[in-house]
Amino acid sequence: MSLPPACAVETSGLTKRFDRPVVDNLDLRVRTGEFYALLGPNGAGKTTTLKMVVGLLKPDAGTISILGTDALADPVAAKRVMAWISDEPMIYDKLTPLEYLAFVAGLWGVDADTAEARAQALLGWLGLGGHVHERCEGFSKGMRQKVALAGALVHDPRVIILDEPLTGLDAASARQVKAVLRERVANGGTVIMTTHILEVAERMADRIGIIAGGRLIAEGTLEELHGQAGERTSTLEDTFLSLVSSEAVPA
Amino acid sequence: MSQPGSLAWFARHESRLAWRDWLSMMTAGRRRRLSTVVIVLAAFLAFLHLVAYPIVKDYAHVARAPDKTALVVITGMLALSWSLMASQAMESVTRVFYSRADLDLILSSPAAAPTLFAVRIATMTLATALMSLLLASPFINVLAVLGGARWLAAYAVVVAISFNAMAFAVAVTIALFMVLGPKRTRLVAQVMAAVIGAACVIGLQLAAIQSLGSLSRTEILSSSALVAWAPASDSLLYWPARATTGDLTALAGVLGAGVLLLGAAIALFAPRFGDCALAAGGVAQAAKRRLSTSNGFRQATPRHALRLKEWLLLKRDPWLMSQSLMQILYLVPPAYLLWRGWGEGAGAVVVLVPVLVMAAGQLAGGLAWLAISGEDAPELVATAPVTAAEVLRAKVEAVMGAIALVFLPFVAAILLMSLWHAAVTVAGIVAASAAAIAIQHFFRSQARRSQFRRRQTSSRAATFTEAFSSIAWAGTAALAAAGTWLAVIGGLFALAVLLVARLISPKP
Repeated sequence: MSLPPACAVETSGLTKRFDRPVVDNLDLRVRTGEFYALLGPNGAGKTTTLKMVVGLLKPDAGTISILGTDALADPVAAKRVMAWISDEPMIYDKLTPLEYLAFVAGLWGVDADTAEARAQALLGWLGLGGHVHERCEGFSKGMRQKVALAGALVHDPRVIILDEPLTGLDAASARQVKAVLRERVANGGTVIMTTHILEVAERMADRIGIIAGGRLIAEGTLEELHGQAGERTSTLEDTFLSLVSSEAVPA
Repeated sequence: MSQPGSLAWFARHESRLAWRDWLSMMTAGRRRRLSTVVIVLAAFLAFLHLVAYPIVKDYAHVARAPDKTALVVITGMLALSWSLMASQAMESVTRVFYSRADLDLILSSPAAAPTLFAVRIATMTLATALMSLLLASPFINVLAVLGGARWLAAYAVVVAISFNAMAFAVAVTIALFMVLGPKRTRLVAQVMAAVIGAACVIGLQLAAIQSLGSLSRTEILSSSALVAWAPASDSLLYWPARATTGDLTALAGVLGAGVLLLGAAIALFAPRFGDCALAAGGVAQAAKRRLSTSNGFRQATPRHALRLKEWLLLKRDPWLMSQSLMQILYLVPPAYLLWRGWGEGAGAVVVLVPVLVMAAGQLAGGLAWLAISGEDAPELVATAPVTAAEVLRAKVEAVMGAIALVFLPFVAAILLMSLWHAAVTVAGIVAASAAAIAIQHFFRSQARRSQFRRRQTSSRAATFTEAFSSIAWAGTAALAAAGTWLAVIGGLFALAVLLVARLISPKP
């Protein structure tokens, strides 16, 4: 059996411009089996970066590699091993959670029996066991986010990319989502997540990347980031604000 | 400066929003396209004058005191316009209740909500009147040029009818709210709006088939049987018709009645709008728990999964289903014509073929919008390991499958009468549907399925090209069904419409 590539996600010179450069020559390396948190102020380019990685936006320049596959040359192969969850769960109101998961499994070509077993287990684990036959139209935001999460996991992705997945979730739902993500990493999966909740990044991430103005301005473990901030900072919040504000000072 | 919260202040706010909304709708959000849009609109209006000429030229010299036949024909046409305006007005009123937009902000503010709703009713009336004036102007202008300036009074009649239609729409929608409650009113009001819009056309066509064996609306209106049955010439019912021909007394009466009705509707119902909007807002939060025992897991290719999803979503949404199938209402008269003409040769079929092709194009356009633009989980589909071409193919198959289901019985019936006409019908339906799907693909823009009714206003260019395309394919099919080689020219014209749609569509 061959070893998985060392890098789950690797971007090189990744660039995207709208009216201005939103992502600017970004080199990012996320190792296989790690929990990577991408932080940055509003408009820093986090979501744009992740959208390019999952194939929702075309980069103007640069390369993207997913577990060794060139995602720009062979997007279908790259998408096969990835899952994307945005802050606004996009599910179908008129489908039940089980039907939604069956649809996702169909899109990813998962065997029906395997998919059904996984779907039942995931929905049960996420506390939706009693709602599997109800249409999603009456679900709360937390329940919808859990359905979207179950959809992302039903095809057993090796790389999970999440954009602000905890926005609007209550404490119990947020804890469940975090537990699911931790479990995936423990089983060898890779998770990349953007968040504005620095405490989550501090407690869950193996490594943290800080992006500002479309560029990676700092990266490493929490301790390494404290070091890069160049001053005695005790929390990620202090370090983050220190790094971002120093970047904001005009050259 | 007007006092915040006053009638004038709300009016300024509403007119600014309405103007920007209209501008965005006409230019697809690109202000730089405004000059192009103005030119296209002017060209379209000029073209409509050419269309109007053969239709109204015979009526231009109708006397200021018309005979009974002319009065019946004009009244019939005005009734048709009223039904279309009332339908549009009901649609607008329902939208005010159910699309939350700024209602939460306004209803939670200390401003007097009835003042805002009074302004909102007036704005909707203005929008309905302006659109009607725009569409009626070619006909009125041609009449004025050929028959004299007295016909310009018809502009005021159109305004009066729009006042009347809005008053009716407000009263009926509020009554529905009070009788049925907010849950059912949305569906019932929108179905009613569609039925009111179609009923007049369909009723006249059915009457024409019954008495004359044709689909012509004007023929039935001027038929001696109807004229004999209609009220005497001095009836008040003919005042709008008399006003149209330039009778100033009648015009004053019609305008006065319109203003009075609209004023009464605003005074009576504006204070109730807030309660209705609040009740409508609670509907989404109290969504009923609907159970489904199926789990949907089966061995499927991505294309199969996408097709099934599209059909399931359509089946599960009675409102969307009714909105889509509403277009099929227009098939009732031709179906009746087919039934009546059964066994009498291909005469009835020749009339039926273009109607079926036209309906297929329109239905395909609606379904294609749902499948392509109305995808509620676009990021899920875009991040799936399926190529964009395969996704599109699956969605086209889903639309074509639904079209086949609706039109197969008609084609089968025609096949029993004429193989050639059945083949032409199938070819026409496929071509019109494919063109409508292509146009929806060219103009695709992300939207929620619940915005289905807004699809026709979100891009006027898409709506017009889709309609032109369906008309062109229907014309081509009619020529082919009649066995003339001119069908080739019709087909080329239809392809040209598609090409124009491609050229004017926004570039990805």
